[in-house]
Amino acid sequence: MEKINPRDMYGETLVKLGEKNPNIVVLDADLAKSTKTYKFGKRFPERFFDMGIAEANMISVAAGLASCGKTAFASTFAVFVPGKVYDQIRMSVAYSNMNVKMFSTHAGVSVGKDGASHQMLEDIALMRVMPNMKVFAPSDPFQTGRIVELMAENYGPMYARVGREAMYPIYQKNELEDMTIGRSITLKEGEDATIIAHGMMVREALIAHDTLKKQGVNAEVIDMWTIKPFDAEAVLKSAKKTGRIVTVEEHSIIGGIGSAVAELLSEKKVNVTFKRMGVNDTFGESGDPSDLLKKYCLTSEDIVENVKKLM
Amino acid sequence: MQNHAHDKELIKKLNLKAVRVRKQIIEMLYHAKSGHPGGSLSATDAIVALYFHHMRHNPKNPGDPDRDRFILSKGHAAPALYAVLAESGYFSKKELLTLRQVGSILQGHPANTRTPGVEVSTGSLGQGLSFGIGVALAGKLDKKNYNVYVLIGDGESEEGQVWEAAASASHHKLDNLTALLDRNMLQIDGCTEDIVGLESTKERWAAFGWNIIEIDGHDIKQILDALHEADSYKGKPTMIIMRTVKGRGVSFMENNVDFHGVAPNEEEYKQAMKELDETEKKLMED
Repeated sequence: MEKINPRDMYGETLVKLGEKNPNIVVLDADLAKSTKTYKFGKRFPERFFDMGIAEANMISVAAGLASCGKTAFASTFAVFVPGKVYDQIRMSVAYSNMNVKMFSTHAGVSVGKDGASHQMLEDIALMRVMPNMKVFAPSDPFQTGRIVELMAENYGPMYARVGREAMYPIYQKNELEDMTIGRSITLKEGEDATIIAHGMMVREALIAHDTLKKQGVNAEVIDMWTIKPFDAEAVLKSAKKTGRIVTVEEHSIIGGIGSAVAELLSEKKVNVTFKRMGVNDTFGESGDPSDLLKKYCLTSEDIVENVKKLM
Repeated sequence: MQNHAHDKELIKKLNLKAVRVRKQIIEMLYHAKSGHPGGSLSATDAIVALYFHHMRHNPKNPGDPDRDRFILSKGHAAPALYAVLAESGYFSKKELLTLRQVGSILQGHPANTRTPGVEVSTGSLGQGLSFGIGVALAGKLDKKNYNVYVLIGDGESEEGQVWEAAASASHHKLDNLTALLDRNMLQIDGCTEDIVGLESTKERWAAFGWNIIEIDGHDIKQILDALHEADSYKGKPTMIIMRTVKGRGVSFMENNVDFHGVAPNEEEYKQAMKELDETEKKLMED
């Protein structure tokens, strides 16, 4: 199957939701062409607000709209939301428990040539720590659409992030209908090791699974798209089965799913060998996305190597 | 412009409400042993005029979609808002003396998830005007005729987000949005003019495309007239610049920066209540 950009899927899903639900409003901060919210703006100009390069204002305005019964989607690059506006999210959205849905794009080093200023690697950590907040990271275009639907259907502050790059589909559309917040998806079952990933690292994990299989290693692959609430049950079950866990994410190794798994396993006294893969407490840099993913050891080959080290 | 001059009884009633709210504020802060008297007392008259006369609101149905909205962006003036909400009937007056205590519905700064009648949580400055824009946009979208009133501080206007909001509100021609600026000239570290300098306030807001009204923020008649004018003004949001006195109503707190965020001790409490009792008595005799 061909690659599809999750941002296009986001924009198209917003239009679909907008047709059904007149209370959906969408805000952007001068990046509507990149985040694809312009699609909604074209279809529903009266319900679309381009707030300009003023992200702090955008987030609090979204909260005000939400306080009047609107489901307010707010989008820009992940470096700006949550990067620039932690306090607006904290006060106007999370503490006030407003129905604001932040959907950010261009997360991770795979943003590429724009460099570290535009490569958000801390967003999941920032949003995970926020009370009242739910956090999602889709692994394929169709799952992106489904997550946007779930965000619209369920009340409360939520954050989702996708990268800049187009993604290969992992799922069939109809496989995703019973997706539930808080429940991860086990894509491959195995006994020897568990690979837990989110976002575009899920596909790398699946490729790693196939390579490992040829070498006699059966790896379980979990798509942890629902980062908060976290699927503790699935992680514990898999950890007890395989005893070896590798987490992989296009995010800082601090505060992402690697941390979430470590927190869980240490508290539950589950004895596993364990490796966190992610960007190791550093900023990214300019370059071609695939070169950057190699440089920061976020390829299927790196996953294979790390799983084998645990064997 | 509506003329409230003839309505002496109304003005007297609201002035009495205001002095009673001020007493309540002193009472609450004395019991809590912490909080912000200065900015609560400077904002009292505007909040009183809004809740006890100007706004359409229903304490029995705080979520009424047609209600006018008040947003206290300078959240540290919470005691003034709480006293007014309790007096309006949003919750029991007994709650007022639980301010700032564990388990209270009355947090140190407004929290909408705890307190009936509070629209949004504030306390980190700069966000209320933007929130008000969202409410005003929703009002236009839903063809509601409610108005949105946001009270901001002068020190608060040093926040960049206030100016993002200033540009945004006029861009959207939000004539259902009125900001009230509590221009009491003081912030924690001293006089605003020594810290950032806001004296061109009127010119700044006008340049951002707002309709400007300047009043004495302790003159109930002027407040009511300004609110009425703001509601009728079409095509632009209105900024009511209220010249106020920090600590208004208690002699030793007036223009005294030390009472920005410090509660009165026992002696100060007694003195403050004595002064406010005298003001109340005088008003009743008028």
